[in-house]
Amino acid sequence: MNDTLVELDARRLLCPMPVIKLQNCINQQASGERVEITCTDPGALNDIPAWCRINGHAVISSHEQADEYIILVEKGADDT
Amino acid sequence: MTRKAVALISGGLDSLLAAKLIQDQGIRVEGINFFTGFCVEGHTHAIRKKDRNRLKRNNALWVAEQLGIKLHIIDIVEEYKDVVINPKHGYGANLNPCLDCKIFMVQKAHQWMQQNHFDFIITGEVMGQRPMSQRKKTLPVVSIESGANDLLLRPLCAKNLPETRPEKEGWVDRKKLHGITGRSRKQQMALAQQFGFEDYAQPAGGCCFLTDQNYAVKLQDLWDNRGRKTYELDDIMLLKVGRHIRPSKAFKLIIAREEGETRFLSGYKKQFQSIKTVSHAGPLTLVEGEKLDSQQIELACAITARFSKGRDAESVEMVFSDQDQSSQQIHIRPLADIQQDWYIR
Repeated sequence: MNDTLVELDARRLLCPMPVIKLQNCINQQASGERVEITCTDPGALNDIPAWCRINGHAVISSHEQADEYIILVEKGADDT
Repeated sequence: MTRKAVALISGGLDSLLAAKLIQDQGIRVEGINFFTGFCVEGHTHAIRKKDRNRLKRNNALWVAEQLGIKLHIIDIVEEYKDVVINPKHGYGANLNPCLDCKIFMVQKAHQWMQQNHFDFIITGEVMGQRPMSQRKKTLPVVSIESGANDLLLRPLCAKNLPETRPEKEGWVDRKKLHGITGRSRKQQMALAQQFGFEDYAQPAGGCCFLTDQNYAVKLQDLWDNRGRKTYELDDIMLLKVGRHIRPSKAFKLIIAREEGETRFLSGYKKQFQSIKTVSHAGPLTLVEGEKLDSQQIELACAITARFSKGRDAESVEMVFSDQDQSSQQIHIRPLADIQQDWYIR
């Protein structure tokens, strides 16, 4: 990992929009950079980890706080 | 040289099988899934409190995970409006522009294919399965009007169609493709069993709300009362939430049916006039329309009170708020009966 952390606000967005927002952000990142996304749709707790698994990124942590779901993702290695 | 195919992944069984058949021929497959705003099956589950514990998975992501392929989810909400509003090939039974939709999605996939240096496109289309977009006559229309032409391969029914370039060039072996036709799902289910796929999404006429009669009625009402066929993403989300009641051409009420919907609608209080019951437990109501006059406010409050715990009370205290959150207290007797033709459904 490196020290770069991007914070994304996906509150009030319904799935799959949080996933799309994360995807569009992470596509601009370098490997090892991290994105913290805050969502209110609990579906993001399933969808974001699933999207990360199939695209080679890592969910570092996820937790609920006052009806919000905060998920920290680290971008995986780029491939061709 | 490994050839690359982009597969349209809806999350259903057909696209899963189509991608698997090509993947098994040594082709590198990646998935693409388009978000139109109408594929919102999971949204009401996210909104309604009673449904929050049985959240549905995203089937497109599930399919990609089964196949071990990447999935690119593309937001086409803005561009898709023209498909919904001006479908060249018209609507199906409701406001579903299925043929135009398929053409548009294949066109977008073709653009993506070119930008990302992929070789061809695959879809899970089956000849004769859908009355509008998957007929013998319309499958070639999709290939031609999308611009994909012979780079569009339908592995499940390819043997019923002319050879495509991936077959002619030997990138894929036509003999290993299928010739499935019709609405029966038996052959697809047998294939799924052969591949060991279980727990796949059951066919339910697609996940698009535009095929749903109740939803289509609400969208048509929106257009009729605005006097123009337009929408924003928030409009089409709100059509899926709450009771929709139109007591006059001037305004419509969106009345939450439970706590989860109240919380969801609360997020729109700065965009709409709103009504909240104070003296009794009750729903949040959004008012869509021009600024209401005092008579209209009373009617809107009386209707809302009808859906509160104070429905049988002599008087219910309500707060009517403008978008700027300036508000007024109203004491109102709940309306005894809601005219049935006020319901938009």
